[in-house]
Amino acid sequence: MKVLVPVKRVVDAYVKVRVKSDGSGVETNNIKMSMNPFDEIAVEQAVRLREAGTATEVVAVTIGPQQAQEQLRTALAMGVDRAMHIEADAGVEPLAVAKILSAVCDQESPDLVLLGKQAIDDDSNQTGQMLAALRGWPQGTSISKLEPGDGTVTVTREVDGGLESLELPMPAIATVDLRLNEPRYPKLPNIMKAKKKPIEQSTTADLGVDITPRLKQVKVEEPPARAGGVKVSSVDELIDKLRNEAKVIQ
Amino acid sequence: MDFESTTEQNMIVDSVRRFVEEECYPHENEVERRGEVPAEVAEAIRAKSIEHGFYAANMPEELGGGGLDALTMTMVERELGRTSFALQMLVHRPSNILRACNDEQAERYLYPAIRGERIDCLAMTEPGAGSDLRGMATRAEADGDDWVINGTKHFISHADVADFTILFAATGEEEVQGRGKRKKITVFLVDHDTPGMQVRAGYNSVSHHGYHNSILEFDNCRVPATQVLGEVHRGFDLAGTWLSASRLTVGATCIGRARRAHEMAVEWAASRKQFGQSIGRFQGIGFKLADMATEIEAAEMLCLRAAWLHDQDRMTDSDAAKAKLYASEMLARVTDECIQIFGGMGLMDELPLERFWRDARIERIWDGTSEIQRHIISRDLLRPYGG
Ligand SMILES: Cc1cc2nc3c(=O)[nH]c(=O)nc-3n(C[C@H](O)[C@H](O)[C@H](O)COP(=O)(O)OP(=O)(O)OC[C@H]3O[C@@H](n4cnc5c(N)ncnc54)[C@H](O)[C@@H]3O)c2cc1C
Repeated sequence: MKVLVPVKRVVDAYVKVRVKSDGSGVETNNIKMSMNPFDEIAVEQAVRLREAGTATEVVAVTIGPQQAQEQLRTALAMGVDRAMHIEADAGVEPLAVAKILSAVCDQESPDLVLLGKQAIDDDSNQTGQMLAALRGWPQGTSISKLEPGDGTVTVTREVDGGLESLELPMPAIATVDLRLNEPRYPKLPNIMKAKKKPIEQSTTADLGVDITPRLKQVKVEEPPARAGGVKVSSVDELIDKLRNEAKVIQ
Repeated sequence: MDFESTTEQNMIVDSVRRFVEEECYPHENEVERRGEVPAEVAEAIRAKSIEHGFYAANMPEELGGGGLDALTMTMVERELGRTSFALQMLVHRPSNILRACNDEQAERYLYPAIRGERIDCLAMTEPGAGSDLRGMATRAEADGDDWVINGTKHFISHADVADFTILFAATGEEEVQGRGKRKKITVFLVDHDTPGMQVRAGYNSVSHHGYHNSILEFDNCRVPATQVLGEVHRGFDLAGTWLSASRLTVGATCIGRARRAHEMAVEWAASRKQFGQSIGRFQGIGFKLADMATEIEAAEMLCLRAAWLHDQDRMTDSDAAKAKLYASEMLARVTDECIQIFGGMGLMDELPLERFWRDARIERIWDGTSEIQRHIISRDLLRPYGG
């Protein structure tokens, strides 16, 4: 089984982001960038499949600026076999990303594409689904468990009512959620080895994908400050407030 | 000038940080309370650090170490410095001076130390000789092919868990022109089971609970000439060659601990409310945070630059002294002010701040006191003028 893992460079999850004063986005100057945490989980899962002998090759791919190669180095240090960098300015929209990934699938013919369920910068939660639609491949989103079968993978999704289990014939797409695994931190010798591995480079033009934006970002602003809470004296009062003030129940 | 750290350095820093947070932080309180690291915790941390290649990261790759240069090592030490000293020292970095081992000694000491099979400690200080190391009374006398060692060392860190000591002892005297007599010093490798050597429990320190110091007694302790490290009488040259980076280690750990204390203080200042607003909005508190952030970065720049110079073989004693001096004094100010920002709670052992504050105290004393660092720096300034 060949596994493709797309990874994205994002502002580190522990950074307290600040909105730029002109409202054009968030401050990224002198800010720590990391691999999207959900993508890290996807890489970990792929590497585990590789270590178990189920996967024969794991390829990481990133779409982004030159610096995004840092995240590919991390993936290599964690244990992926190959890394591909498709150079593009930051801010490629989910549909364009899905089209690029589809072109990569044409080239690489993976059996399984493992993606993060969303990237923590724009929280779109769209790329995996769009890729599945473009390819016409089965998908399992937000999975918390993955078991390889014979020409299939069985994935478990956490849904509102409990757990949903899906058997997907491969090639298939799965987007991963937090509880799937706990990603490793790379070992020093593997970091050193990753330094020496080549990164295959191409551009969106090479893949023939038009990444012209279709969305317009109007303004980025801080979420409103949380207002203080109130104490209610009875369950009835609570229900009344939920129904008539918050309007979250009927 | 390029201030950008490399991709590998960033990855190493991230990895060590996660190691420290996941493997060390959870045990800090217990170590502090018990005054020792529980054996199973020590073993787990050691094993995991060996598995991850952080153990002996300072040693060259071709010898089986991590192969990190001084600059990257300084970043690693900074991350390790965030946690309790007793825990981070389990990720052992064998003394660089062991690189002076000859082939035969390397098999017995250097390689086992790198593999984590044998642990070294280093003994210079004596009850009568601290800053003035050359004044040491411990002496080794040649007797046929052997050396016979007599004397006492104290304050020797982690000798209780070490398998052998890198011992500095006087082996004679020489006349220095215009300055009278001075002792000639030789370095010996002494196994802890050598007859005539005894490791006794040392003192209880206010800093670094769980990280012990010992007293070493040598009573007609006989070692063969094959135990001499480097050349006879050239001990201080050896120290000059191999131990100059250890001051950067102290500086780097100070920065890590200061950052952790400061991060806590920033969060607290933003959330703690008095007089109807967060205390960070009072200039008296906000400015403290600003000063500390500035000082931490300044200390970091000094340490990283000295380490970079070291990698170019251009670091002077004064460069290392400035880094160690400023970082250790910065840590004292930062831990003190962070406690001030937390108010009474800062003093309680519910929080690690009182520990950071106590632990900070030793950094201005060991590996050369602040006064000795200032002496080194001023001597370097004045000498060209004949002062
Ligand atoms: C917990 C702990 C662990 C240690 N671990 C080790 C170890 O593993 N191996 C080892 O060899 N040593 C170790 N040391 C020893 C440490 O390096 C010494 O404590 C340090 O060098 C100072 O020596 P001293 O304590 O004898 O103080 P002294 O040298 O007696 O100094 C007393 C005071 O006089 C000042 N002073 C001395 N000379 C001058 C001068 N020329 N100009 C101005 N002021 C001066 C000092 O700055 C200090 O303020 C350790 C110490 C401690 C506390």
